[in-house]
Amino acid sequence: MSINSTRRAFTFGISAAAAGLAMSVRPLRSVAAPGNAPIAANEESPPEITAWIKIEPDDTTIIQVARSEMGQGNFTTLPMLVAEELECDWRFVRPRYVGANENILRGHAWGSMVTAASISVRESQSYLRKAGAQARHMLIAEAADRWQISPDECVARDSVVTHVPTGRTLRYGEIAEAAAHRPIPADVRLKPPEEWRLIGQSIPRVDVRDKVVGNPIYASDVRLPDMLFASVSACPVLGGRLKSFDASRIRGMPGVRRVVAVEGIAVAVLADSWWQAKKACDALPITWDPGEGKQVSTQTIRETYADGLTADDVAIGRKIGDVNKALSQALSVVHADYEVPYLAHTTMEPQTCTAYVRGEDVEVWAPTQNGEGTLVNVANTLGIPPSKVIVHKHHLGGGFGRRGLAQDWSRMAAHIAKQVDRPVKMIWTREEDIQHDYYRPMVLARQSAGFDAAGHLIGWQVRVCGSSILVDLSPDLLVNGQDLEMCNAFRDADMAYHVPNFEVGYVMRNNSVPVGYWRGVNHSQNGFFRECFIDELAHARNQDPYLFRRTLLSTAPRSLAVVDEVAKRANWGSARKGLFQGMALVECYNSVTAQVVEISVDDAGVLTVHRVVCAIDAGYIVNPDIVEAQMQGAVAYALGAVLYGAITLRDGEVEQSNFHDYRALRMNEMPRVETYLASSGDKYTKAWGGVGEPGTPPLAPAVCNAVFAATGKRIRSLPLANQQLRS
Amino acid sequence: MTTAFVLNGKNVEVDAGADTPLLWIIREQLKLTGTKFGCGIALCGACTVHLDGGAVRSCQTFLRDVVHRRVTTIEGLSANSDHPLQKAWIAEQVPQCGYCQSGQIMQAAALLNANPKPSRREIVEGMDGNICRCGTYPRIIRAIERVIGEI
Repeated sequence: MSINSTRRAFTFGISAAAAGLAMSVRPLRSVAAPGNAPIAANEESPPEITAWIKIEPDDTTIIQVARSEMGQGNFTTLPMLVAEELECDWRFVRPRYVGANENILRGHAWGSMVTAASISVRESQSYLRKAGAQARHMLIAEAADRWQISPDECVARDSVVTHVPTGRTLRYGEIAEAAAHRPIPADVRLKPPEEWRLIGQSIPRVDVRDKVVGNPIYASDVRLPDMLFASVSACPVLGGRLKSFDASRIRGMPGVRRVVAVEGIAVAVLADSWWQAKKACDALPITWDPGEGKQVSTQTIRETYADGLTADDVAIGRKIGDVNKALSQALSVVHADYEVPYLAHTTMEPQTCTAYVRGEDVEVWAPTQNGEGTLVNVANTLGIPPSKVIVHKHHLGGGFGRRGLAQDWSRMAAHIAKQVDRPVKMIWTREEDIQHDYYRPMVLARQSAGFDAAGHLIGWQVRVCGSSILVDLSPDLLVNGQDLEMCNAFRDADMAYHVPNFEVGYVMRNNSVPVGYWRGVNHSQNGFFRECFIDELAHARNQDPYLFRRTLLSTAPRSLAVVDEVAKRANWGSARKGLFQGMALVECYNSVTAQVVEISVDDAGVLTVHRVVCAIDAGYIVNPDIVEAQMQGAVAYALGAVLYGAITLRDGEVEQSNFHDYRALRMNEMPRVETYLASSGDKYTKAWGGVGEPGTPPLAPAVCNAVFAATGKRIRSLPLANQQLRS
Repeated sequence: MTTAFVLNGKNVEVDAGADTPLLWIIREQLKLTGTKFGCGIALCGACTVHLDGGAVRSCQTFLRDVVHRRVTTIEGLSANSDHPLQKAWIAEQVPQCGYCQSGQIMQAAALLNANPKPSRREIVEGMDGNICRCGTYPRIIRAIERVIGEI
């Protein structure tokens, strides 16, 4: 279970830190492809059989995990992919995190550590299954050699190799050490899906026990000898700077040890306990230089974006035919403007990171969606080689995109820790967490669509305006300086509707508000724009929104199948009296998800969401129960945002501060969620689909389309808390 | 100043200001980290513990409030981590990120202490002060209902 791995990392950290040991890892020969790493000697465990697997004499099977566990099930699903081909007994499997520094030093032997874009299973399934198959071959070859027979006469199952003709057996634990020194076979046959025995099963998660007994598995639980605790206060005006602070005013407060400036943008108070640090931080007089950020408010941003919708500096994300001509020739044209606010992530565990800086030897304990990203950010912050940084990965108390490319929290922890000679655990207050996020962008959208005399949709034009995520967090993905991802959900890969003349364009208007990746990313706001507008178009033609979608999907069998599935499962069009349905479809992360939401709105305008029916084609499914959990989670995350989510700015400061004014969905608001797997395997695509995010984007438009069905009121701006549903 | 109280059945004495939230006493001085910090102002329930058997938010319960009283955390809920709720949480595969789950389980345990057979509505009313950002609510309800059936 995960307790082994996390405890091991934790123990290593303590002992190494306490003993002041050098942290460098012996560099090993670099290799190119994941799964073909050289065998590494490791003092604490048996040798590797491929980079991913270590088998103890008692058959305990350590499977290394490069991606992060943040609730989405990676510690279970990724080992399942290895174990499927390894043919080990699942009860023996013990997942363990790969070290980020080891991965770099060994030429990315474990591939990418990125845990974002719903990518973990779909990007690593091929090399994880291959590693399992390679190891199985090595184990069988070792057994066959010992028996002086052909490997073809052997089968491997449940961590035992059996010589079929004689019935002789060898346990994996008996032969693993020798097998590890055999050559890794280059080409191995992977099982076809019909032979899978683990993949597709609802295997219980390996991390659940730790999480119901309160074991210290999170970065915020780390305890190091001689550790200080830090509370931070960053400039309340986004983009503002630290001018000065008067540490003398808090020096006498209990437990306070140091007050330090952080990157010129924040102050940290270090104390013997976090509460002492927090109290002193609250009492510390700080003078800020707000800079130009003080001019920014939600209203000024809205005005800038509204101007942007008609500006000429448009980056075209997709163009089919001639949309201007089509719209000018259309018999009827529908126009609509939409708006969504900034959204915070509010992971349950506020931002936290622990760091210990001793010259060029640095250790970090992090809840990170990207172990290497944390390592590189810390190294760059401190100006030391990456090989000098050890990142201890811990399970995350929520991720949702907050802890991947946005590494402000790890840089901050490094900055603080370098100013003292003791380890420091930094924990943000919830207020800091909400007021210093990398928010889902506020975006305005303008759409126009035209029908010809026969009622066919002949043209559809989309403009969106907002801040670019890539400019801040991933500039290498800009195309000629433009962030085309801001057009996602309207592009070739993620919009299946056929429209003969179509154009989506993005007008970039950046400001002092940091923006970042929020579960579903640009598909979430653009999915809202797209699917509500589709509903508007259907009603403009007096057509059923489901049947209208069907007409646009005649050349898109995958999306059509998912829409048909959700309509069937939800009994579309047959809601009980007083209940009203809305539908939405979003393609993203190579999955297709459709939802039907059933709501009621009472005479006072109070909305109740009763039921959400999800149909998802995520290709092959590793663990159906985890998919169901992700759909429930996506619905809860998205519904909280639809109902209440809005980060607003006044004089450059975020106006929300905690769960009273940035509300999360609560149990009394949670609808019944039904999940139906419409998995098409590789019928429509050779790639596997993601699961962590695809349930989020369809929820907002499905709810708002249901509101229209119930009330006749078209929702073009979120959240619903700001709307009167009955006039 | 030293304050004495009972933590998970054992007498403890701590030296801290009377206005120190119990949460940080438990996590940092007594080094039991199963109780979590989520909001600091009793809005999320991640820090829920029992005080004389009833659920309280330890971020807004102060050292002065617990003098000579019984405090129970997730670590002390059962002798072998086998409280019926913990077993049900595993059976129903409730946790995702898991960070709020200590608080959820402690809240549920207090609920069942006070009302051994809550209706669905009573479960929701008893639990809707505890936030889960991963959206495990349906499974929390199922796990509690499983315990009601089994007790």
